[in-house]
Amino acid sequence: MITVYVSRDSAAISLGADEVAVAIAAEAARQGVAIKLIRNSSRGLFWLEPLVEVATDAGRIGYGPVQAEDVASLFAVGLGNAHPLCLGLVEELPYLKTQERLTFARAGITDPVSLDDYLAHDGYKGLKNALAMEPAAIIAAVTDSGLRGRGGAAFPAGIKWKTVLGAEGAQKYIVCNGDEGDSGTYADRMVCEGDPYLLIEGMTIAGIAVGATRGYIYLRCEYPYGERALNEAIAAAYANNWLGANIQGSGKHFDLEVRMGAGAYICGEETALLESLEGKRGMVRFKPPLPAIKGLFGCPTVINNVITLASVPVILDKGAAFYKDFGTGRSRGTLPVQLAGNIKFGGLVEKAFGVSLRDLLHTYGGGTLSGRPIRAVQVGGPLGSYIPESQFDLPLDYEAYAKLNNMVGHGGITVFDDTVDMAEQARFSMEFCATESCGKCTPCRIGSTRGMEVIDRLVAGDQPVKQEALLRDLCDTMLAGSLCALGGMAPFPVLSALNHFPDDFRPRATPA
Amino acid sequence: MSTSTFERKPPIKLAELSSLSPADIATINGVLARLKELPGALLPILHGIQDALGYVPKDAVPIVAKSLNLSRAEVHGVVSFYHWYRTEKPGEHVIHLCRAEACQAVGGRALETHVKTRLGIDFHETTADGRYTLEPAYCLGNCAVGPSLLIDMQLRGRVTSARFDRLIGVSA
Repeated sequence: MITVYVSRDSAAISLGADEVAVAIAAEAARQGVAIKLIRNSSRGLFWLEPLVEVATDAGRIGYGPVQAEDVASLFAVGLGNAHPLCLGLVEELPYLKTQERLTFARAGITDPVSLDDYLAHDGYKGLKNALAMEPAAIIAAVTDSGLRGRGGAAFPAGIKWKTVLGAEGAQKYIVCNGDEGDSGTYADRMVCEGDPYLLIEGMTIAGIAVGATRGYIYLRCEYPYGERALNEAIAAAYANNWLGANIQGSGKHFDLEVRMGAGAYICGEETALLESLEGKRGMVRFKPPLPAIKGLFGCPTVINNVITLASVPVILDKGAAFYKDFGTGRSRGTLPVQLAGNIKFGGLVEKAFGVSLRDLLHTYGGGTLSGRPIRAVQVGGPLGSYIPESQFDLPLDYEAYAKLNNMVGHGGITVFDDTVDMAEQARFSMEFCATESCGKCTPCRIGSTRGMEVIDRLVAGDQPVKQEALLRDLCDTMLAGSLCALGGMAPFPVLSALNHFPDDFRPRATPA
Repeated sequence: MSTSTFERKPPIKLAELSSLSPADIATINGVLARLKELPGALLPILHGIQDALGYVPKDAVPIVAKSLNLSRAEVHGVVSFYHWYRTEKPGEHVIHLCRAEACQAVGGRALETHVKTRLGIDFHETTADGRYTLEPAYCLGNCAVGPSLLIDMQLRGRVTSARFDRLIGVSA
């Protein structure tokens, strides 16, 4: 019996993994070769997807990218043998071997919805430890680890949890923000699809720590594969007493449910998300009160991003000091960086904080897919600055980035080559803000539309000096006067484009 | 002023005005029966209706509002706030094309132009033969291998113009 792995990650499926899996099963049947076909999670080396792995005594041998029509030739040489698509031992690939995978330790290794697989690969060790601890001790471990919110705001997770523990309320909630709307990011999606028990475990630990018995995962509706994997895993967790009443005989109770968003970027903002969960328009709330005091249905609520919650089990398993030993300055632990856009080797790179952009773009990313020079990279999603090459040596660190008005955010890095028109990108930032604004505050609702118009007049050469002054003034109003990060940060990509690439904003020659 | 101007008219019966078939109404009532007791039930209910019927018909709004004891305005406000919900019947196949930055960086804008030209429609529109509805999406989480689209909720990556034509069964 030969064990063969083909990923069920949606990125792999988007490149033909389902067709490859079908072809492998058919070819095995035709040749009478006994195989066990496992649909595993993805390693996150997406340029190699669909990646086929074959278990051997030495380890898993990889082939990729494989298309359905390559399958017959893989069988012809014999599974596990040399072939033009053979990559050797997957875990020896430098891209993977040099990473520090804590949150993504199981990525590509396990069958995402198999509870047995999860338990056999260190799963639920963190929760087992947490069940034997006092709530305050669990929170102290999270605080001591230095874990900060991985959604973008980087608020210390332990402090948030401590506030909820101390808040009065008959009912408390754990809410997972899985509204990963930032372009260039897919780490949350990979966890939901590829390691759903990890998220369930992290949320259960959070529930026990703060005394919350109910949790919701708010997942974006653009992630149908993640929804299915999470629901399958939640059902299995209930069936095996990892969720529900008296978890593993501990007397602790935690219920968990997936709720789907409906295509509104603003619902990634925590208070808008809570409104949406309550069945309302996703309008941003004024703060205070903080969600930790008055959150979902007016009750004390921990609301954390997927990766934040998914980082908790390893902290409870291996200890706060282990996690804290990774990283630099006040940015502790690891960040799953997502290489995206025009990049040759796009994929997930989980590294300790402190790695440079240049290292990520060249050592890992291999430069652009088009082969042209990199002109700009947008870090931190659609509200992050466009960073020029002069800043590529900046270490990935929350404070170092913030000093230059840049943002680490959720760790997405979108690469553009030298054909990019930065005025067009700046205009898109304003357009996106206008499309996605909840409409509650004026700077965001109206400023974004006016911003588009001003950029149009600027590149049309209509009183350009005045237009630029007006655009900068408008950006200042949005930065200082918006209620939340959407209007309050949309000017960052606009201003960075204008500051670093002013030539792109000069009047265009009109086509004859 | 004559009092007759303000004479109370008999209440309008919803069923008489509704464009919904009895089967559609039964579907909507089924979704409501299943989900209305959930805390914050409105979004799950609207998803349930759209998953079953392909859209949230305008005439579903008063039925949902009555069931949840909300005003029609509140339900309409939610339906219209969220981009995902549509109030017109879609074509046979729904395409969500990613417009976001990571796809732009690998030819997303050119693909968008090609798709619109090939289908002869803009975003939020349905082809005249009722085959395709085109919707924009702002990120499908497939940013390492764009440009990306969802066709009937199936994700496709590295979509070139030629690959798009093959997906919809048109030879270039």
